[in-house]
Amino acid sequence: MSGDGKSGDWPLWEVFVRAKGGLSHRHVGSVHAPDAELALRHARDTYTRRLEGVSLWVVPSAEIVASDPDEAGELFEPAESKIYRHPTFYDIPDEVKHI
Amino acid sequence: MATVAVDPRTEYLLRLGDDSLVLGQRLSEWCGHGPVLEVDISLANLALDLVGQATLLLGEAGDGDKLAFHRDVLDFKNCLLVEQPNGDFAQTIARHLLYTTWQHMLFQRLTQSTDRFLVEFATKAVKEVAYHRELAAEWTIRLGDGTDESARRMAEGLDWCWRFVPELFEVDEVLQTAIDAGIAPDPRSFEDEYRSAIGAVLAEAKLEAPADQRAILGGRRGHHSEHLGHLLAVMQYLPRTYPDATW
Repeated sequence: MSGDGKSGDWPLWEVFVRAKGGLSHRHVGSVHAPDAELALRHARDTYTRRLEGVSLWVVPSAEIVASDPDEAGELFEPAESKIYRHPTFYDIPDEVKHI
Repeated sequence: MATVAVDPRTEYLLRLGDDSLVLGQRLSEWCGHGPVLEVDISLANLALDLVGQATLLLGEAGDGDKLAFHRDVLDFKNCLLVEQPNGDFAQTIARHLLYTTWQHMLFQRLTQSTDRFLVEFATKAVKEVAYHRELAAEWTIRLGDGTDESARRMAEGLDWCWRFVPELFEVDEVLQTAIDAGIAPDPRSFEDEYRSAIGAVLAEAKLEAPADQRAILGGRRGHHSEHLGHLLAVMQYLPRTYPDATW
């Protein structure tokens, strides 16, 4: 790119795409944009050029609250030993999709 | 290598096709040079839409590749607005706003043409063009209502392009024949709508409409500015130097 890299002045937005009706929006990446409206357009131009989606969300990256990687042990490891929480003891009918 | 259009329909296809081709080529000059990565991708997308339109229109007018790459500047029928240099980003946006607002209004009406190809073409392309028009308006508003520098650049960009607007509404004998045949919409029928749509965007952008200047006409008859020759030299160099090249 030419210029002086002024996109650093623009806030970062996280982009979520719904691939088709019935599916959840999925995080696909991020864009810089000066405001929400242009963030949507940048997201459209960057992430849905090849028919990837039917709906877009953009969220200011600064608004995302993330868990602390240092706390991953206490947050997630206790679930490892509790297999009874997985619904693997049921038979899921073939006609039920997206589970 | 002169390509003389034989009938008003072919001539009309060439005019629309050359508009899209030349504007697409212009926008593609931004590729790798956009002010930021996201805008670079955005402009390249717009360029690809336009080249896609040109492929369909010139392909319907004749041999699309031959028409694009083996015609000389005097045979190009695009309006003068689309061949104007990119200038800075604001000038590119000014050109895109003024052209695609017109193109959108035209394509909306073209979906009612008596010509089946043009109806199918316009039904598909009108959605792309609506996006172009909205994007150009969004940027015009942000630049016009932005900083002192962005407002100055946006005003200068509009000022550069303004004198080429009247050509968009010019109706010569060829176009009149196409209008009478029901192939082409009469652009004069939406000139007021165009002026007020542009006026509304400029008002929201807190910009004054430039003073009307002496209109410059002639693109539809092949009388182009010096800029088009340079554009074609870049675009046509490879197929003309290596006519049998394949990739």
